[in-house]
Amino acid sequence: MELIAINIIDGLVTGLLLFMLSSGLTLIFSMMGVLNFAHASFYMLGAYFAYQISMYIGFWPGLVIAPLAVGIGGALVERYGLRRVHQYGHVPELIFTFGLALLIEEVVQFFWGKNQMAYEEPEILQFAAFAIGGNSVPAYKVFMIFVSVGIFMGLLYVLTKTRVGMVIQAALSYPRTVEALGHNVPLVFMGVFGVGTALAGVAGVIAGPVLGTFPGMAVLLGSIVFVTIVIGGLGSLWGALIASLLIGWLTTFAASYNVEFESILLFFGLEKPEIMSESALRDIWTMTLPQIGPILPYILMILILVFRPYGLFGKRDV
Amino acid sequence: MKKLVKLMSATMLATAVGAFSAAADTVKIAFIDPLSGPFATTGSNGLAEYKFAAEELVNKQGGVLGGQEFEIVAFDNKMSGKESLINVQVAIDQGIKFIAQGNSSGIAHAITDAVDKHNRRNPDNRVLFLNYSAVDPALTNDKCNFWHFRFDANADIKMDALTDVMAQNKELGKVYLIGQDYSFGKAVAAAAVRDLSSKRPDIEIVGNELHPIGKVKDFTPYARKIVSSGADAVITGNWGSDMVGLGKAIIEAGFEGPIYTYYAASNGITRTFGEAGKGSIYLVGEGFQNPPASDRMSKYVEEFNAKYPDHDISQARITNVVEMLARAIDEAGSATDVVKIAYALEGMEHDSLWGGKVFMRPDDHQAIQNVHVGVHTDEDMKHPLDNSPYGIYSTSMVEMASANSPTSCKMKRP
Repeated sequence: MELIAINIIDGLVTGLLLFMLSSGLTLIFSMMGVLNFAHASFYMLGAYFAYQISMYIGFWPGLVIAPLAVGIGGALVERYGLRRVHQYGHVPELIFTFGLALLIEEVVQFFWGKNQMAYEEPEILQFAAFAIGGNSVPAYKVFMIFVSVGIFMGLLYVLTKTRVGMVIQAALSYPRTVEALGHNVPLVFMGVFGVGTALAGVAGVIAGPVLGTFPGMAVLLGSIVFVTIVIGGLGSLWGALIASLLIGWLTTFAASYNVEFESILLFFGLEKPEIMSESALRDIWTMTLPQIGPILPYILMILILVFRPYGLFGKRDV
Repeated sequence: MKKLVKLMSATMLATAVGAFSAAADTVKIAFIDPLSGPFATTGSNGLAEYKFAAEELVNKQGGVLGGQEFEIVAFDNKMSGKESLINVQVAIDQGIKFIAQGNSSGIAHAITDAVDKHNRRNPDNRVLFLNYSAVDPALTNDKCNFWHFRFDANADIKMDALTDVMAQNKELGKVYLIGQDYSFGKAVAAAAVRDLSSKRPDIEIVGNELHPIGKVKDFTPYARKIVSSGADAVITGNWGSDMVGLGKAIIEAGFEGPIYTYYAASNGITRTFGEAGKGSIYLVGEGFQNPPASDRMSKYVEEFNAKYPDHDISQARITNVVEMLARAIDEAGSATDVVKIAYALEGMEHDSLWGGKVFMRPDDHQAIQNVHVGVHTDEDMKHPLDNSPYGIYSTSMVEMASANSPTSCKMKRP
């Protein structure tokens, strides 16, 4: 029972972190039709920038400056990179972002090396906030929850209650009409791309100390972010939130319980092979839930694509 | 045509240069390990250690055979077995007699096979394989051969020493095993189960699991399971970012017992653990630098760090490789007759720079040496790692660990 409570909290932290990445990506994807392969690389840049800043002036300035720097970088990439490639169609755009992801990884290794960086939580948050059954929850994780919830509230407010949000939402569905009405759609694109990458930057800044700041961090999170936006539905902020939380809890609970497939198969009335090493299905019999945990989100994505191709909350087809 | 002429003249020039340097009477050691790609830090660290050891321990002491110097020739194997075999061939073609490799037991298996075949086919041009880090026990058991020498304690010996130390702790009741889902992770878990159940049958193994290698984003759920299981200690063979991620998550989840590891030091790991890992992270291995074994050792480490500030002595046994090879060459009276040199290495007893003795067991060519268990700390730290205040301090030592351990090796001697 205690393990369930602690897993709900851990899954929430993972899910909210995923949300910060996927919210930016889903906006960019639905607006520009570009799957930004470099999105997780901006997350990595956020962590490295914040690490470098924290060396000189501490964690808190880094929390503000690093995402700003990443956002400005993202906006420049859109203005001088993506916009030029845009006229040649979607495939060159895709290849452009793919190349950018590789480039950013190499650049990071060039400046910071291949070792893990000693990027740490600020000292005032280095204590256990509370404990459930011997399992302590660090104060930093509580802080992560508050930051991500705050960002979600802010985004929701801007997108639904302000004039800028109206224009963005309109540009999402009818870009040509919005342009005809006299709005500067390319500027909106640049802004959305900048804000989206800045959000990835924030995620990097607060995840860096917990999940580790190393050159492989982008690859590790990259694919799961795409899965999230497909499950949630393109362009839907609520969809991104629900899908992120779903994946967060799914992976956390799967890694926590050593359910053996043997017991499931026996439950369904199958007979256990007598000589396991000669059975063709021995891999299935000996599997445990934590071993297949990492592929569960992908299975969920395939199911969603089959039965509800526009995602949980999406309005458009993928 | 022009290109061909250019190529040919370049080749001829290269051959001429090669012949010239061979005439300059140096004893060459081919260093074959990753110098590019994701494992480059480990490889380049090893190369720096070899170069420094050859310079300080052999060349400055007057060389071997009355004046011949050691030269380390670096080859980048890009962590690939195929590349390594090409490197071995190139090294042999250059007339190099000694091949040193350590990172990855998979590659060590490929090299030991290739060297064995080469030596059988070319009895007049044989080479030796000096394995300084690959710890798969099979290399000195079923797959052993006369040309392979291992200077590190293998995975079984390390687990034997670690469980010796753990068995003395009477308060230890429950142990959790966790590792990466591949051959080495499985080997560590199997050895831990075997050794613990024979030495302390009362210890309960409350968890024994493998996680996907290099794929886990967040180790928190694993850490929760470990805390909930009520374990008093954790054993893991994890390395790289999997080691840091797992260790940090376990400590953050409120686990207070020791975490016994194989590879939780250097290459940024010590610096990343920092204050959080103090007194929690333990390491099993040879050649620990704290407390210093002697003034000579301290001086060696300080001079190394002054010359290579970005590197650490993370594989201390490299000095044993270099010193023992130099002694064997002197004893054999030849730097080319590798059969004689191999016989001199077999059964050699050597006073290690890191304290204690190293004995090259003739039955399987496995070095028997003192194995330490040390703790990650900053107290009494004379030789810290990673340019941080932290390092490994030896807390217990098993003298000549596993000296009488059985081996399935049937050594065929020429």
